Amino acid sequence: MRVTGTMFYYYFVCHRKLWCFINNISLEDESENVLLGKLLDENSYGREDKQILIDETVNIDFIKDWKILHEIRKSKSIEEASLWQVKYYIYFLQQRGIPIEKGIIDYPKIRQRKDVYLEERDLDKIKEIIEDINYIAEQKKSPVVIESKICKSCAYYEFCYI
Amino acid sequence: MSESFYLFSDGELKRKDNVLRMTAPDGNFKDIKVNMTRDIYLFGEVSLNTKTLNYAGQLSLPIHIFNYYGFYTGSFYPKETNVSGNLLVEQVNHYTNEEQRLIIAKEFIEAASYNILRNLRYYNERERDLESSISEIKGLRNEIKRTSDIHSLMGVEGSIRKVYYNCWTSIINQEVDFEKRVKRPPDNMVNTLISFVNSLVYTSCLTEIYVTQLNPTISYLHSPGERRFSLSLDISEIFKPLISDRIIFSVLNRNMITEKDFERDSNYYYLKDGGRKKVLKEYDECLNRTIKHKELGRNVSYRHLIRLECYKLIKHLIGDKKYEGFKIWW
Repeated sequence: MRVTGTMFYYYFVCHRKLWCFINNISLEDESENVLLGKLLDENSYGREDKQILIDETVNIDFIKDWKILHEIRKSKSIEEASLWQVKYYIYFLQQRGIPIEKGIIDYPKIRQRKDVYLEERDLDKIKEIIEDINYIAEQKKSPVVIESKICKSCAYYEFCYI
Repeated sequence: MSESFYLFSDGELKRKDNVLRMTAPDGNFKDIKVNMTRDIYLFGEVSLNTKTLNYAGQLSLPIHIFNYYGFYTGSFYPKETNVSGNLLVEQVNHYTNEEQRLIIAKEFIEAASYNILRNLRYYNERERDLESSISEIKGLRNEIKRTSDIHSLMGVEGSIRKVYYNCWTSIINQEVDFEKRVKRPPDNMVNTLISFVNSLVYTSCLTEIYVTQLNPTISYLHSPGERRFSLSLDISEIFKPLISDRIIFSVLNRNMITEKDFERDSNYYYLKDGGRKKVLKEYDECLNRTIKHKELGRNVSYRHLIRLECYKLIKHLIGDKKYEGFKIWW
């Protein structure tokens, strides 16, 4: 299975969401946050070439000179997940011979950015996560509801808690 | 956030830049803000071109079409964008396995008849004396569990409906000659109203199914492949007592709709434009009405209850949680 950036991100957010996403049960379309995210994406960094799909797998917000890749985020909530998503992008491109120096997470709304580097010790963890994602994908049943406070703002909230 | 558009006038529906524009023969036009639109209902004589349909398709916007008499003709159902192969396989599996099919079908009837009872109990408390019908339906409901195939389940359902419809003349304050349910063509005021409002519920269910990954042609109670989106019929069954029936009782009992709103044309008995508008207004308001959902702790609209029903069905199909049909709890 091709592991996408979204899967990597969801892996850190919620395994159940990841499973649903892999099984194409997506409920995102109408959530206001998703609409906002889309608008943010369309309206920031207008001068750059955006949404670069590599190997039909990862969809990177934009890359500068094939050296620095950018990921645009609305807010800092669940930053850990974004961080690993970007690390995975760097890994993914390096695997294909593109020497990415670093990644940057941009928060245009709060006018901040954060540098992300892929370090030697991250490699094992990334491989482990990929294996884990594949394992989750193979499960016939969905993982249990995590009952976390982040559920309240998740597009799957109603699906999980009804 | 999004809304349904009901278009009554004759004219042209065309794409104009990034909106859909409805232009009447006299040149008056109305722009439909597509980002805010969930679906479009056409009641008038409307011409549209493929450009319009392509645009509606691109926006995933279903268009429901009604004929001159207000009968539902069909829908422009845009290409499915939300497909899940695994879920489709499960949906089919639950249909082909008679036992599993029956579990879901029973749940539909279980919930629908519960909601029917709720309506009867409401009017019984308002001095309609429906006591005997209520106990009769309660008795019939006990048989649901015991049925062992779809055919006998449908039989029980039919008997429940018959008892239910028999109560209608006492529920409705106006003088109506409603004896039994007649379709194609409906032969009196009440039958015409039932046909009309039920077809609206059907289209709303279809619109909600469309945004989920469920396939609308695979159903459990109704047999699929009758050239209709039969899952929509299944789900409507649950919501008809809450939405259709209550609207019909209310418009008749408040004398909002009377014989004057109908017209007889050879063998058709149909709602005039004005009547249709009144009913649609009620319908739209009804779907937007909200209640606090006891499990979710959120306010949800009646329309959204239909969507939640789809979610529950998906959860059942993927083995996440057993499906329980929606029962009016307030």
